[in-house]
Amino acid sequence: MEILETVFVRNNLIVAFAVVGVTIWVSYFLADKLTQGRIHGSAIAIALGLLAAYFGGVATGGNTGVADVALLSGIGLMGGGMMRDFAIVATAFGVHMSELKKAGLAGVVSIFAGVIVSFIVGAAIAVMFGYTDAAEITTIGAGAVTYIVGPVTGEAIGASDAVITLSVAAGLVKSILVMIGTPLVARFIGLDNPQSAMVFGGLMGTTSGVAAGLAATDPKLVPYGAMTATFYTGVGCLLGPSILFFIVSGMF
Amino acid sequence: MIVYGVALLSVCLILGMIIGETLGVLLGVDANVGGVGIAMLFLVFASNSDLFRSLTEDAAGSGIKFWSAMYIPIVVAMAARQNVAAAVDGGFLALLAGVAAVVVSFALVPVLSKLSSPQVVADNEEAN
Repeated sequence: MEILETVFVRNNLIVAFAVVGVTIWVSYFLADKLTQGRIHGSAIAIALGLLAAYFGGVATGGNTGVADVALLSGIGLMGGGMMRDFAIVATAFGVHMSELKKAGLAGVVSIFAGVIVSFIVGAAIAVMFGYTDAAEITTIGAGAVTYIVGPVTGEAIGASDAVITLSVAAGLVKSILVMIGTPLVARFIGLDNPQSAMVFGGLMGTTSGVAAGLAATDPKLVPYGAMTATFYTGVGCLLGPSILFFIVSGMF
Repeated sequence: MIVYGVALLSVCLILGMIIGETLGVLLGVDANVGGVGIAMLFLVFASNSDLFRSLTEDAAGSGIKFWSAMYIPIVVAMAARQNVAAAVDGGFLALLAGVAAVVVSFALVPVLSKLSSPQVVADNEEAN
């Protein structure tokens, strides 16, 4: 047992490749047999990943899901920001400039619209729940933008730790829902071409959510959505503690 | 050589990240502004240009394609390391704020997609 543990921990990234490979094989098998291919295999794999992350988090009390389990720590490296960004950039290989130009304006507009709309929705719900302090309302609104914008904004404008934690939770809910919900709604929102994928990435913004949501919908759309999504958090961090906070301060 | 493609991909990411970080500092923001998106643009330029042909064709190209194909497995690993427990513990306010933001944003996708160049809309109509 000890030998097994030593080998697993020392070769954690390799273990992750094997575990993820098996998970994807099982997922594609289930997608094929149980749903006759109606649900994409990668959608099932991502859902299984999230489920495992929940149990990993509950069991260990850590904050990186299943990667906090020592034997599976390689999942943390494989699914971390560095590998994610590297693979996302690789998906741009073979993309044509002309496709990007077609949605250029819509893509830029969608980034700003996405940040502002998510912020308003989050802030309005904070008000509904009885928050009256401008810094607290702004932080919760920023959390609805992404789970990075929430704490960045909250710390910049001096919100309490409890509210910052709440804003991270709101952002996580958003990210997870985009991962699971995108393949389900794709047909109804016209998400089937590079241009709508760029708008989608700009509106949703959560890089993880968009990355996984599009992967489970149609992997060909990934580079377009990811391209705009990666600007979103930056724009959110720019607007949150500045203009958006000033506007909220003026109202409360 | 496969490694040429991998190296090109790496250089694109690093350059993009440096620009993204610099943009963040210039804007006074504690975040990387579009580093990955800028890196993707570099790779699109390189793969569409004759100048970099030896780094994107044949074996070198398969070095990039490998990482592109590893994208979904990496995303599955990413899902498995999310802090799902914290999202569940966030309570009703966090849940409602997250859900509402997603629903409203989903609804805006078809609205803003209409802003894409008219050429695209015409193409789509022809396809239908």
